[in-house]
Amino acid sequence: MTDMSVSVGALRLANPIMPASGTFAEGLAEVIDIERLGAVVIKTITTELRAGNPVPRVAEVRSGMLNSIGIPSKGVPYFLERTLPYYRRFAVPLVVSVSAPTVAGFASIAKAVSVPGVAAIEANISCPNLEEDGRAFAMEPRSAATVTAALREATPLPLWVKLTPNVGDIAAVARAAENAGADALVVANTVLAMAIDIDTRRPRLGSIMGGLSGPVIKPIVVRMTYQCAKAVKIPVIGCGGIASAEDAIEYMLAGAAAVQVGTATFVQPSAMLAILDGMEAWCARKGIHRVADLIGAIRDTDLELAPAQY
Amino acid sequence: MKPPPESSVVVPDSAQPADLLSRVISNDWVNARYKHLVVAAPPQAAQARPGQFFHLLCPDAGGEHPFFRRPMSCYGASPRQGTVEFLYKVAGTGTRSLASLVPGATLPMLGPLGHGFSLEPAWRTIVVVGRGVGLATLAPLAEAAAAAGIAVQAVFSARDRDSVMSVERFEASGARVTVVLDSDGSSDPAKVEALLRRLHVQGMADAFFTCGSTRLLVLLQRLGRELGVPGQVALEQQMACGLGMCFCCVRPFREDDEVVNRRVCWDGPVFDIQEAMP
Repeated sequence: MTDMSVSVGALRLANPIMPASGTFAEGLAEVIDIERLGAVVIKTITTELRAGNPVPRVAEVRSGMLNSIGIPSKGVPYFLERTLPYYRRFAVPLVVSVSAPTVAGFASIAKAVSVPGVAAIEANISCPNLEEDGRAFAMEPRSAATVTAALREATPLPLWVKLTPNVGDIAAVARAAENAGADALVVANTVLAMAIDIDTRRPRLGSIMGGLSGPVIKPIVVRMTYQCAKAVKIPVIGCGGIASAEDAIEYMLAGAAAVQVGTATFVQPSAMLAILDGMEAWCARKGIHRVADLIGAIRDTDLELAPAQY
Repeated sequence: MKPPPESSVVVPDSAQPADLLSRVISNDWVNARYKHLVVAAPPQAAQARPGQFFHLLCPDAGGEHPFFRRPMSCYGASPRQGTVEFLYKVAGTGTRSLASLVPGATLPMLGPLGHGFSLEPAWRTIVVVGRGVGLATLAPLAEAAAAAGIAVQAVFSARDRDSVMSVERFEASGARVTVVLDSDGSSDPAKVEALLRRLHVQGMADAFFTCGSTRLLVLLQRLGRELGVPGQVALEQQMACGLGMCFCCVRPFREDDEVVNRRVCWDGPVFDIQEAMP
């Protein structure tokens, strides 16, 4: 029997599997047993009521998805009065993803959702910063540090900061967030991308560009998880294209303390549970007693690599 | 705001959705562009209600790899025979892949999903107006109405005679079918309007139901407002998850004096006809 539990800072999780923000809602609880997950992460909420982006909001690409949903949000009162009571019936830790267009806005919403029943806050700082010409907070170490420090001041709860992969030096942003008080990092959000219908010559998304996710981005984000885990002492949560137990194990070897599964759930609602079962079976086969022993266990020294078997 | 249509009683929503494995019984062409897929499915699936849909995991076929599932409204579901049917136009990556399924193949399907049509016990005759693949969605409604003792006046709109499908199916349930065509001009909105007004005058339009045409939706909204006839519309939108998680499949709706986005998969796919926006 493998011990599947992991720690993300002070937060102990029954296992390392949780949904990525925006890929989980009450509808999934009707189809799978969400109590089996390590945590649930709800779709990003904002203080502002947001309608979201124009359609088409989604485009299918080879082994992945492009989306520009635009964070539709019903605001904090709706969360407190409707969403939170719904999740109180479950014992699984609830992680609340928040976003805001300003530093003060981030602090204010983090404070507003720091209530009993919330286990941690995930700050989605990959969104445009209105005070910085619309550039995402997570695109520069300095703005990432400023917003993380304000969030740290605003909440006593474990603070997870979700980084964007759309940067040159993600390790520098990771260090900045750590130094400003983050308890964990989520690596990463979607990769900025676009697609064009060659017959109509129209962009395939209503907002022209959008975020790429799914298996197509996995090797990129495995690399970023590895770089961030090397750069910081706080836990890194891997997120990008995980669709199988093997993918999740690969992320943990790269340094992830836990992983988030997103796009795979849209194709296979039971994906998270299948990944969890598959990891447990893999650990049992390999004689691994604690799944946490996989974290950062990549053998990346004394490299004498045998050619891969095809 | 009006109560959601699922609050009435004749056609309640079915049991919990589940990710189920079905087996293809047949998958035959009905004309040059449409195929009729019949699968043997577990009991939960066969309890699908009119207007509900399934999210089908399309196989890789012919060098194509559909990444997402494809939402497909239910053309029929028989708990007695343990079957679910779909009628679909072969048009893109997903439907081409579905078209490749042969008898005996397995097809994973998530469902039944969404809120279907509802019927009021007080109605005596309803008018069902469909075009193209919209008829597939309306066929189970006509059958449910017949079973509830409600007569059905069906108006089928099509490009030409060869594009007309399922007349026999509707007539077998007792529906009166009128076919209108682009090829002979009988599908002209003014003519369809005159036809609908006649039905109303004859007391045969207690409610309007539609699927498959924006032009028909707009016409039925206008007539419904003028004549005080309630209605429901089944809508489509590109989907990813089918479970209300991703917010990809939103469409605008009138709610009081506001325009709000609703998810077709989760809040629909059947909506109040006056709240829908074309």
